[in-house]
Amino acid sequence: MNELIIILIKIICALVWFLLLTLYLTWAERKESAVIQDRIGANRASILGIRIIGLFQPFADAIKMIFKEDFTPRFSRRFLHTLAPFLSFFFVAITITAIPFGDVLKIGKQTIKLQILDINVGLLFVLAMLSLGIYGIIVSGWASNNRYALVGGMRGAAQLVSYEVALGLSLVGLIMVFPSLRLSEIVHAQGGLLFGFLPKWGIFLQPLGLLVFFFAALAETKRVPFDLPEGENEIVGFFTEYSGLKWGLFMMTDFMEIIIVSALLTTLFFGGWQVPWLAADGFHFPWGGQWLLPHGIVVLLQVLSFNMKVIFFCWLQILIRWTYPRFRYDQVMDLGWKLLIPLSLVNIIGTGIVMSF
Amino acid sequence: MIEFFFVFLIFGLLGLVLVFMNKILGPRKSNPTKETPFECGSPYLQDGINPFPIKYYLVAFLFLLFDIEVVFLFPWALIFKEIGTTGLIIMFAYIFILGVGFVYAWKKGAFQWEE
Repeated sequence: MNELIIILIKIICALVWFLLLTLYLTWAERKESAVIQDRIGANRASILGIRIIGLFQPFADAIKMIFKEDFTPRFSRRFLHTLAPFLSFFFVAITITAIPFGDVLKIGKQTIKLQILDINVGLLFVLAMLSLGIYGIIVSGWASNNRYALVGGMRGAAQLVSYEVALGLSLVGLIMVFPSLRLSEIVHAQGGLLFGFLPKWGIFLQPLGLLVFFFAALAETKRVPFDLPEGENEIVGFFTEYSGLKWGLFMMTDFMEIIIVSALLTTLFFGGWQVPWLAADGFHFPWGGQWLLPHGIVVLLQVLSFNMKVIFFCWLQILIRWTYPRFRYDQVMDLGWKLLIPLSLVNIIGTGIVMSF
Repeated sequence: MIEFFFVFLIFGLLGLVLVFMNKILGPRKSNPTKETPFECGSPYLQDGINPFPIKYYLVAFLFLLFDIEVVFLFPWALIFKEIGTTGLIIMFAYIFILGVGFVYAWKKGAFQWEE
């Protein structure tokens, strides 16, 4: 019974964290784009006349979206039209459960893992769920029965399928270095030191893998350099025929994908919740000397470190989205097949050779 | 295992609620223009769906090939430290054979998007 309550609390905490971060990413995106384009950005939403630089904007948007009309066009395939946003949302949202937010929290005799699903194939679970998200796109394009939506859906499917391969291959090198598919074990393995002072993070052991993974993951989020499925000024996108909260689900999925990609980058290549030189009992500096800390503070530092890394990568992705122009379709496919896949194969071979000798 | 059940239940319910929320709370008005497919503001020209370039299907086939490669590489990477150099040489042969297929597809123009 006790276990059950802990699981439920963990799920609710993760969900609240995830949804709040998603909502505030929409705000951050508007503000950051405004700064880049020398505008002010969303700042009108207020509660009783108090506007804190537009911090209430996401809630205003959400409330507006909830009270929109549920409009399913008569020419569309009704069941699939309703199913598509659900699929898209569900498969992306569920991946957050496999991400470790921290190590273990000890309260009295109870030891709580700060991760909901500690699966032995956690990495495969995340990759599988992310690729199932493709169904949301292709089904929405097909169900809309609109030529532009279908073009968007087909482009999206072809693009995601191409980058899926590079995404998977770029992680093979990482698994060779940290031989585990359990995400918590991968993070634990990154706790050691390299040459006595450098934290043993994935970025230092797999720089090429990180590069390929980052580009492939950017393409998976379908945002600007790679936003062919939803290019606003040529085809409106696979969600052309959607409105209200169903459209909102596609939009939320976009932002959730940013968070998931950031969380994966953090977990796999940047040490997850690890803080450099922080062990379970406090800091042990490589130049000698240590600073012991109580258990609660250590856990707090770990969770904070994870959050800061995730927010940094979210910021980086929004920056990239507002800096670069869109690729042409053949350029996108060329980058995926002709550059990233050969590079990731080279990475595997190189890692193998370096590790054997 | 109980975690799995709860995770799928809670996220599934949340998704369902979000999908059907507009149906319960939203208004319902209809007019003829709303019922036509949206084509960037221009008048609606044509019903149904045009045929698609075969390239998309070709990409899907190549994806199958390479995804199976990834599936074989993951377990090998997991035990790579135990099997050592022998495993490395075997996997090189495997990657080489796949590489030949990849180069063949490339030279045949499978990744050529402009005609």
